[in-house]
Amino acid sequence: MIEIKDLHKSYKMGSNSIHVLKGINFSVAEGELVAIMGSSGSGKSTLLNILGMLDEADQGSYTLDGLAIKNLNEKIAARYRNKFLGFVFQSFNLINYKSALDNVALPLYYQGVKRGERIDIAMSYLEKVGLANWASHLPNELSGGQKQRVAIARALASNPKVLLADEPTGALDTKTSYEVMDLIQGINDEGRTILVVTHEHDIAQMTKRIVNLKDGLIIDDTRVNQVRALSNV
Amino acid sequence: MFDIERWQEIFETISKNKLRTFLTGLSVASGIFILVILLGIGEGMRNGISREFEQDAANVMYVYTGVTSKEYKGLNPGRQITMKNDDYGYISSKYNDELEYKSSIYRIWSGLVNYKTESGSYRVEGVWPDYQFLENASMTNGRYINYTDQENFEKVVVIGNKVKTDLFKNGENPIGEYLQISNINFKVIGVFTDPGGEREETRVFLPLSTAQLVFGGGNEIRNLSFTLEKKDNFKEALAESEQFTAEVSTYLKEKHTIAPDDISAVNINNSLENAKRFYDLMDMIKFFFWGVGICTIIAGVVGVSNIMLIIVKERTKEIGIRKALGAEPVSIIVMVLHESIFITTIAGFVGLIFSLALLEFIGPMIETQYITNPSINFAVALSTVFILILAGAIAGFFPAWRAARIKPIVALRDE
Repeated sequence: MIEIKDLHKSYKMGSNSIHVLKGINFSVAEGELVAIMGSSGSGKSTLLNILGMLDEADQGSYTLDGLAIKNLNEKIAARYRNKFLGFVFQSFNLINYKSALDNVALPLYYQGVKRGERIDIAMSYLEKVGLANWASHLPNELSGGQKQRVAIARALASNPKVLLADEPTGALDTKTSYEVMDLIQGINDEGRTILVVTHEHDIAQMTKRIVNLKDGLIIDDTRVNQVRALSNV
Repeated sequence: MFDIERWQEIFETISKNKLRTFLTGLSVASGIFILVILLGIGEGMRNGISREFEQDAANVMYVYTGVTSKEYKGLNPGRQITMKNDDYGYISSKYNDELEYKSSIYRIWSGLVNYKTESGSYRVEGVWPDYQFLENASMTNGRYINYTDQENFEKVVVIGNKVKTDLFKNGENPIGEYLQISNINFKVIGVFTDPGGEREETRVFLPLSTAQLVFGGGNEIRNLSFTLEKKDNFKEALAESEQFTAEVSTYLKEKHTIAPDDISAVNINNSLENAKRFYDLMDMIKFFFWGVGICTIIAGVVGVSNIMLIIVKERTKEIGIRKALGAEPVSIIVMVLHESIFITTIAGFVGLIFSLALLEFIGPMIETQYITNPSINFAVALSTVFILILAGAIAGFFPAWRAARIKPIVALRDE
């Protein structure tokens, strides 16, 4: 599903250039649930941004489901993001004046889906994350866990190939974190490819594979025995 | 424009941010309001001034003579110049083709008029039949002086409406009644009304020939009054009337041996020239009003632009989210632009409707000397609408451009 070869990325900070990614080689097969770990500054967020086409690599190749991702202009990047990727953020990033349902329906709006159909699809995803009764609520009327579940429903709404989650449990307490991870595991069980960036070991253990980043290089890539989140709740 | 989905997005955004939208709209609405009111007042001034000129036929020229101020060909200054019938005869036959209406005037100085026990002092003049049209008078009763009266030295008079109400106190029909001017009987044949108002209606007219005969005028005349045939445009009419007045002035000066540069002996009042001065002034004022109005709208646009910039800044994160979810830059530009145009247009229309309503209801009540019925025509209203939409587009463009350039990765970074 994802093929990355010799990926380099550096940022300019004033006169200094910081080399963040120093040649990443990495591939993810369909249906995998991968945790990307590393301390802050290891380059894990940068890697996720490049995977998410929010940022572009200086060097190296990136292939998503057989499609070479390069020389993107903003328009094409937006289209690819909409078609191929779903994002889940640490701080949820819901639009706060839109109801849960409208938030979930937003990616479909940019796909050009008609309103009626959009609402139906969004509703089905809200049901999937168990928030059908909260459809008309605004984000600030929801708890952190509920917000993250709305965000996951939104990420799934456009039926993406890959779900990218950046510290999805970073702003949640342990119990809620595990509930969210349970949801993510359930989605993965249905065969969707998911990448989770995290720095929490217990969360990482709930994936099927842990990739460890340090100073811009992969130092460790191991498959783990998945711990089911539900057993911890 | 007709994308229902986008309209829904906009209504949603606006309804969630009512105060912000209201404040944004207020500046535009007041801008348009001020512009339309100013233009309405400009139009009112134009109407007022036009009405001033309505008193007489629009392109009337009025010749009067005075005292020479310069020595010429051995003649002393201080001579009283008096025109004669043959002056009028010469001019009216020479310019027969160009002239529309023409009349010479002989004024009777003692204007004491009696009817039975009532009496009053009025301006009494002997005139030609055309004078009715030179004064823009219309008959309410009876007829005006005609050429037969003129030839037969008929002792008949036409009186103004005010004269009638003054003298015929019991409401009797004045037609056929006799009144006395300097104790000589004249038969009333008509009553006229004049758009110039009461002052113009305190006048009494009799045939020129009768006036000269009865009041010892001989062949003397006091004034000449002319209008030229109507022309298609103002410029042409003005040029022709200026040429005519110059030629008449030259002729009269030669005839009466007056220095060509003597300005006090022969005077010609060309109403078209006066009108031109006023219309030029009006155009200046109108231009100025447009300027002020447009500046007000520019201030409004800058305000909207500013607020849209703040909105974009405030919505940076939201725009980042939208972009991450797959919004193309064009759709972000269109979103901001559409909202801005929508707000300015709606607000502008509110301002337009308020100002039009004000002009509609208050306008007709305004009747000062120089402002009459301030109003605004459809074309002007239409152009303000066009300005509005343009203003909205301009106001939205820079914020939209900035919004489109927001990088999702920067916008989504946690603060």
